[in-house]
Amino acid sequence: MIEIRGLEKYFGALQVLKGIDLDVEKGEVLSVIGASGSGKSTLLYCINGLEPIQKGTVLVDGTDVHAKTTDINKLRQKLGMVFQQWNSFPHLTALENVALAPKIVKGKAKSEARDIAEKQLRHVGLGDKLNVYPNNLSGGQQQRLAIARALAMEPEYMLFDEATSALDPELVGEVLDTMRLLAEEGMTMICVTHEMGFARDVSDRVAYFHQGVMDEIGPPDQIFGDAKSENTRKFLANVR
Amino acid sequence: MFDYNFHWRPVMKSLPDLLEAGLLTLQVAALSMVIGIVIGIVLALIRMHMRGPLYWIATSWVELARNTPALFQLFFFGFGLGAFGLHLSPFLIVLAGLSFNCAGYLAENFRGGFQAVPDTQLRAARSLGMTAWQAYTRIVIPQVFRIVYHPLTNQLVWAVLMSSLGMLVGFRELSGETQFFASRTFRIFEYFAVTAVIYYVIVKFILGVSRLLAMRLFRY
Repeated sequence: MIEIRGLEKYFGALQVLKGIDLDVEKGEVLSVIGASGSGKSTLLYCINGLEPIQKGTVLVDGTDVHAKTTDINKLRQKLGMVFQQWNSFPHLTALENVALAPKIVKGKAKSEARDIAEKQLRHVGLGDKLNVYPNNLSGGQQQRLAIARALAMEPEYMLFDEATSALDPELVGEVLDTMRLLAEEGMTMICVTHEMGFARDVSDRVAYFHQGVMDEIGPPDQIFGDAKSENTRKFLANVR
Repeated sequence: MFDYNFHWRPVMKSLPDLLEAGLLTLQVAALSMVIGIVIGIVLALIRMHMRGPLYWIATSWVELARNTPALFQLFFFGFGLGAFGLHLSPFLIVLAGLSFNCAGYLAENFRGGFQAVPDTQLRAARSLGMTAWQAYTRIVIPQVFRIVYHPLTNQLVWAVLMSSLGMLVGFRELSGETQFFASRTFRIFEYFAVTAVIYYVIVKFILGVSRLLAMRLFRY
């Protein structure tokens, strides 16, 4: 379970998160929507400790992400992350991209890491691309590669940071399908997304962020059908 | 047209010595490159990430190495340190001078290389639970290495040619050895002509190996 209490985050003088309280249960799929600059991506970076925070706490299964005594590298193994700019490692083949972290972070034997990588690449539909370098993959394939790479660490949570917004429109579907598949398998997911269809169909809850504040959170039916906040309604009217 | 008679025999007789000296040239150049790469990476990282005294030391190093004659740098390690009672062997003078020079040039190459790898690569690596060290050595540096690979080859060639300055501090690498024989036999033209060919072959060898290595290393 992820528990966020009173989270505040500044970039210099600019406050990007203004006291966020949020719980994400095991097995839940939470979509986070909102305009650019509303702090939703920063929230993800604070959850896996890629960004330091100024106030509040983030607990992952009871462990304080930002405590000095926390072994952040160990904790991150629980938290898979997929980025907007997929960030495949260009000097490694698809297989090596996925096998590297299990090998050097988890200390798996080479052959075992390879098996894990192969399994995860098949899982996301890249079973025929094992020895291909990322440069020779499409954006959608690279993003699925990134998902496989995160899954290979056997995370308990997956954080998606606008996983489809850098993709050509015709490639969005394949990545969303992969995310749907994960949701059906019971993965706990936090998806920062601009895909309203995905947010509505796949999520258990949808959170709307507005200027560093979580304006509203609720089941998709309520957010999309009967939003309480004026901001949410305005935002949804504009994106639809 | 001119009445100079070429005498190649003395050169041919000392060819084994020249070739051996050529090997020494290659060794000192290669060794100074290895040292230069390590120091160059450190200088680049300091200049990118630190402020204060270390930054100024690194910056001064780069400025001096790049903007003063390599010969003066060699003289510093020879006669300069000698004036303070620290006498290095000719080999060490050349090694220190070349390493100093290479590190300065390579620091700038590496800085460019590091800046060309997006920060997001580091983030992606860290998000998988890699330590900073693992992320740098497994993800960032291999990519930097490709970017600086050809500049590195150039620098190695440059180090080979620059090591000829060693002759001026009494080091008998290829040029020093050539000078030694030439002044004994007065067949100056012949000796330096043959030595030029040896330098040419060494450089071509380096470029050839570098190209083959690149084909093996960089398949992406």
